[in-house]
Amino acid sequence: MEGTALPLEGGGLEGLTLRRPPPPGKKAKKAVLFFEVEILDAKTREKLCFLDKVEPQATIAEIKNLFTKTHPQWYPARQSLRLEPKGRSLKDEDVLQSLPVGTTATFYFRDLGAQISWVTVFLTEYAGPLLIYLLFYFRVPFLYGPRYDFTASRHAVVHLACACHSFHYIKRLLETLFVHRFSHGTMPLRNIFKNCTYYWGFAAWMAYYINHPLYTPPAYGDEQVKLALAVFLFCQLGNFSIHVALRNLRPAGSKTRKIPYPTRNPFTWLFLLVSCPNYTYEVGSWIGFTIMTQCLPVALFSLVGFVQMAIWAQGKHRSYLREFRDYPPLRSPIVPFLL
Amino acid sequence: MASSEEDGSGNGSVEEKENGKKRSLGALATAWLIFYNIAMTAGWLVLGIAMARFYIQRGTHRGLFRSVQKILKFFQTFALLEVVHCAVVHTSVLVTGVQVSSRIFMVWFIAHSIKQIQNEESVILFLVVWTVTEITRYSFYTFNLLNHLPYFIKWARYNFFIILYPAGVAGELLTIYAALPYVKKTGMYSLRLPNKYNVSFDYYYFLIIVMFSYIPLFPQLYLHMLRQRRKVLHGEVIVEKDD
Repeated sequence: MEGTALPLEGGGLEGLTLRRPPPPGKKAKKAVLFFEVEILDAKTREKLCFLDKVEPQATIAEIKNLFTKTHPQWYPARQSLRLEPKGRSLKDEDVLQSLPVGTTATFYFRDLGAQISWVTVFLTEYAGPLLIYLLFYFRVPFLYGPRYDFTASRHAVVHLACACHSFHYIKRLLETLFVHRFSHGTMPLRNIFKNCTYYWGFAAWMAYYINHPLYTPPAYGDEQVKLALAVFLFCQLGNFSIHVALRNLRPAGSKTRKIPYPTRNPFTWLFLLVSCPNYTYEVGSWIGFTIMTQCLPVALFSLVGFVQMAIWAQGKHRSYLREFRDYPPLRSPIVPFLL
Repeated sequence: MASSEEDGSGNGSVEEKENGKKRSLGALATAWLIFYNIAMTAGWLVLGIAMARFYIQRGTHRGLFRSVQKILKFFQTFALLEVVHCAVVHTSVLVTGVQVSSRIFMVWFIAHSIKQIQNEESVILFLVVWTVTEITRYSFYTFNLLNHLPYFIKWARYNFFIILYPAGVAGELLTIYAALPYVKKTGMYSLRLPNKYNVSFDYYYFLIIVMFSYIPLFPQLYLHMLRQRRKVLHGEVIVEKDD
């Protein structure tokens, strides 16, 4: 028989849309296999969305966009799609046909909650300390007694500390705008409250004591301050060098991940010993600032920061090890040879 | 919240976390935990009896704290071990740590250090609450470990808290509040400027902050216990909000 309509059911051919065979003499066209995608709620298993005629080369990002059309309150950044209800999230770049799914793919959806961009969070959490410290430095009213309003500290180290602290946060703001390349666009909205409380709270606590009329300068005087300044500047340069090196690893707009290696810049040679030298230098900067100001709240801020960065460094180190077979074995996460 | 019971912070409550699947502890660990929980049950029973005897014999609560403080301090401080037990019983170190710390805080940094408030009624209130709570909790863990849990103990554990928890919080808050004037007057545990560490600490304001912190913390812990109660006593399946 000529021009037979091909079966659309039975024999496991559901979802197959084949074109009619061409008239004899013409070249046969390739069959196109479309996928169907159903999206279920991961907790209630409720069917939220059904998409048919999805291209096999469609990415998860494109599927997320299609899902948003039917549920506009769930914009793509807050969607987590997985193959299992409690499995890990699929990446935006994953291609439908390369996933272990049948021609009807089932994805489980979890709402990640309201999202906010990383850039917004960074700018807000860094602008706060910059301004708050200056409020205490200039002894704006209601912070200290009225007789101290708008007076200046008589200790040189206090002025130096203000310069260093401000420099540090201006550097961070500029890096956020011009240097960093973020893997993820967004994070959960509640993070901004958590992060700002941490940064702003500690900044106010430190600044209060350093700029206090009863501040006690370092016990070993100028020697201590000079040493501390050297450590601080060295580590700031180091931290910046690492940020630039990491940026250069990744072309603009991409999300590639490569093993970072030392470059010609001597500050990057710390990569020989450590996976996350940016964190190492950051801790170093704050240790420098602690020695400079001889202020216990600064020491506590450095300690808490170190603990958090050590946890992040361990995680990063482990993911490097998982991803790259040839990862240099000498490296530790954050402290050479130790941690 | 010192008088809160954290489900699973125990020593023997492995079963609750695992929805009935018992994870096997080593024989040595089990033996130790059984001993520990029996000892703690006994200790708090002794404390309860001592308090009752004092009140029956003297007819007043004045001097009661002084007479039982050694037993209280011994057994409450010993409970620090429960943080270590978390590693074996696979429960949250953080939650257990917070609970034990808040008890230690009340005993040593309020009741012990600020002698003038030892005869307050609020002290008796939280002591009684703690005693009933701990006897119930430790005997629950003991019977659980021995695999012979009488229903009435399970019932007690998951119902007493409904009254005891708010009562305990009231006792603690009233005690801290009563202590405030003495802390302000003596300036105890405080550090003033100038000093070479460039830091200051005011115990008075610290206590006020502690009191306010009950506002966010108490409802969360209470609701958690209510959810546990529904799950354990009524077999309700609760869809957990995970984030």
